[in-house]
Amino acid sequence: METSILFIQLLNGLQLGILLFLLSAGLTLTFGIMDFVNLAHGALYMLGAFFCATLTLYTGSFLLAVILAIPLTALAGFILEKLVVQHLYQRDHLDHVLATFGLILCIDTIVHSIWGPEGIAIPLPEFLNSQVELLPGIVFPTFRLLIIAIGLAAAAGLYVMVNHTRVGMLIRAGASNRTMVGALGIDISTLFSGVFALGAALAGLAGMLIAPITEASIGMGSDIIITTFVVIIIGGVGSMKGAFLAALLIGLIDTFGRSFLDDLFKLIMSGEAAETAAPAVSAMLIYILMAVILAFRPQGLFPPLTR
Amino acid sequence: MNKLRTAVTVAAAIGSMAIGSQTLHAADQVKIGFITTLTTGAASIGKDQENAVNLALEHIDNKMGGKPVELIMADDGFKPEVGKQATDKLVKQDDVDFVAGYIWSHVLLASRKSVLDAGKFLISANAGPSPVAGKLCHENFFSTSWQNDQTPMAMGETLNKKGVKSLYVMAPNYAAGKDMVAGVERTFKGEIVGKDLTKWGKDAQLDFSAELAKAKASGAEGIFVFYPGKAAGAFIKQYEQAGLKDSLPLYTVFTIDSLSLPKLKEGGMKSVLGSSMTQFWSPDLDVPANKKFVADFREKHGTYPSFYAAQAYDSIMLIKSAVDAVDGNLDDMDAMRAAMKKADFPSVRGEFSYGNNHMPIQNFYSRTVVEDADGNWTTEIDQVVLENHQDVYAADCSL
Repeated sequence: METSILFIQLLNGLQLGILLFLLSAGLTLTFGIMDFVNLAHGALYMLGAFFCATLTLYTGSFLLAVILAIPLTALAGFILEKLVVQHLYQRDHLDHVLATFGLILCIDTIVHSIWGPEGIAIPLPEFLNSQVELLPGIVFPTFRLLIIAIGLAAAAGLYVMVNHTRVGMLIRAGASNRTMVGALGIDISTLFSGVFALGAALAGLAGMLIAPITEASIGMGSDIIITTFVVIIIGGVGSMKGAFLAALLIGLIDTFGRSFLDDLFKLIMSGEAAETAAPAVSAMLIYILMAVILAFRPQGLFPPLTR
Repeated sequence: MNKLRTAVTVAAAIGSMAIGSQTLHAADQVKIGFITTLTTGAASIGKDQENAVNLALEHIDNKMGGKPVELIMADDGFKPEVGKQATDKLVKQDDVDFVAGYIWSHVLLASRKSVLDAGKFLISANAGPSPVAGKLCHENFFSTSWQNDQTPMAMGETLNKKGVKSLYVMAPNYAAGKDMVAGVERTFKGEIVGKDLTKWGKDAQLDFSAELAKAKASGAEGIFVFYPGKAAGAFIKQYEQAGLKDSLPLYTVFTIDSLSLPKLKEGGMKSVLGSSMTQFWSPDLDVPANKKFVADFREKHGTYPSFYAAQAYDSIMLIKSAVDAVDGNLDDMDAMRAAMKKADFPSVRGEFSYGNNHMPIQNFYSRTVVEDADGNWTTEIDQVVLENHQDVYAADCSL
């Protein structure tokens, strides 16, 4: 029994990590590659969830809603970039923070006035609301397996795109030397708009995948954006590989902390003390990890090689 | 400078005269301030209470002791400081005769002094933190709800009656969460095989995958949870997705109510059907006042009233019993207090009495979540688990 719960928690950790990766991939594109601090990244995550919720209610199909909501979130990101973000690239990070914090407030209020203060639940089709028996005795919710599959597919797609396509080459080149790429006749402004939209789509996808587990609600983005920054700091700012590995690491550490810390503490202290201490410490665990990594390896675990 | 001071004094004097004349007017009517949450994500609770208060006023033709009632609704914004400001305004500026409402324990604790120091009656229509039932009890404080510990204590008793021997417990890691867990532990006779207090507050944990996996592996015969607000929907969904309905039956307090059930139904969360909860009241309680309340509420608003609404409805009826007893002579506080102490009004929970601390001594029922004849999801009374139950803090009250 001990091994089976270990295996299930491993899958749970993997699933949390994959979700965090989808979010941090978008943040890596904007913060790491375009050098733009986007606090409103979480707002795009929320928008994705709300688009998907509405489309699910209209079309009656969650999967169709996801397929439609992804380009919609990308479009929202594209418009945001053209209207606001584009004018901020040349400014310093504090201006980025101020402007995107303002964007969070605006988007939250817009969502409030369209969808109301209450969250929206997204119903899943029957076959996703069930469980799969992976091995004898090991049963896992189907939808969480789907999250893992979609996340891994997105990670593979991103890897191929950034490293093995012309667009990816341009993104990397634009990040290294914006002026030079522009001088070579590449429309750098459109390229960055596209990258921003891609980041938005990834964040939106994460929102669409989490909403059927929790719900689409105002403020869901602000709750998770801090963890996402922790991921890209641990992974090494600007590194897609770092973001992927750090996201998995954090997902696993958080899940294992919540699962086994109280039993671990009970070995060294009284049951009651362990009950109080374990939830507090497991909530801090990822920040402790970040502090340790910042102390010994400030550039993160896998910093990008180009800089 | 002197001129300015004079001007300010004059202005202040005129201002207080204006307030003085307002109070004069107030004697011709009964003024009730009702504090609840009308903004933020919890606004749906406040809306339900507001609907119930208005229905109560409609049922009594907006009259108490022959005088018309003026109702002033106020929003606490889900924050103690905002609730206290709203209370101060009701007490000082509007000079109300009764302040009722209060969903949240921390808002009530922050606001109670403003009301009681001004010599007004304070009626809690939900919050029941242990201090107001114990050491901080007050002759002018009454509750139409319960003390926080009572409902989970009833749950512990329900589990005993159902023969549950081992239990897994989950609640958010904050004051009320710990109270609820302590309440169940106080009466539950079986073994608690696992307990998770999850992160709460601004970035509350809403993904319970790890905890549910542990609960399942623990081999417990049931799972007890307390997840108020939006965490309730998240928990139930994941409980459903994990397919635990048959292996790990669900027992809740303050998690599933008439506000969350329609949403759960919309989301197809069938695993909630058949789960158990405890409460002092139920929409199907066979009491004439309750039948009228539930039927009229459903006709007007299309949904079952929540327990928040039931308590709000009762708070207006309690006030009416006091004002009727003195024929509208609102200066006779002693007679009004004595009248309220009798709990002599048609409560939607049926007959009950007040303890020395002015908390209800009442029955608690176990309820099962069912689908009604029209396909709505609601709760149905299973049995009485605590009869005429008084809270444990009454002994600390010096009244």
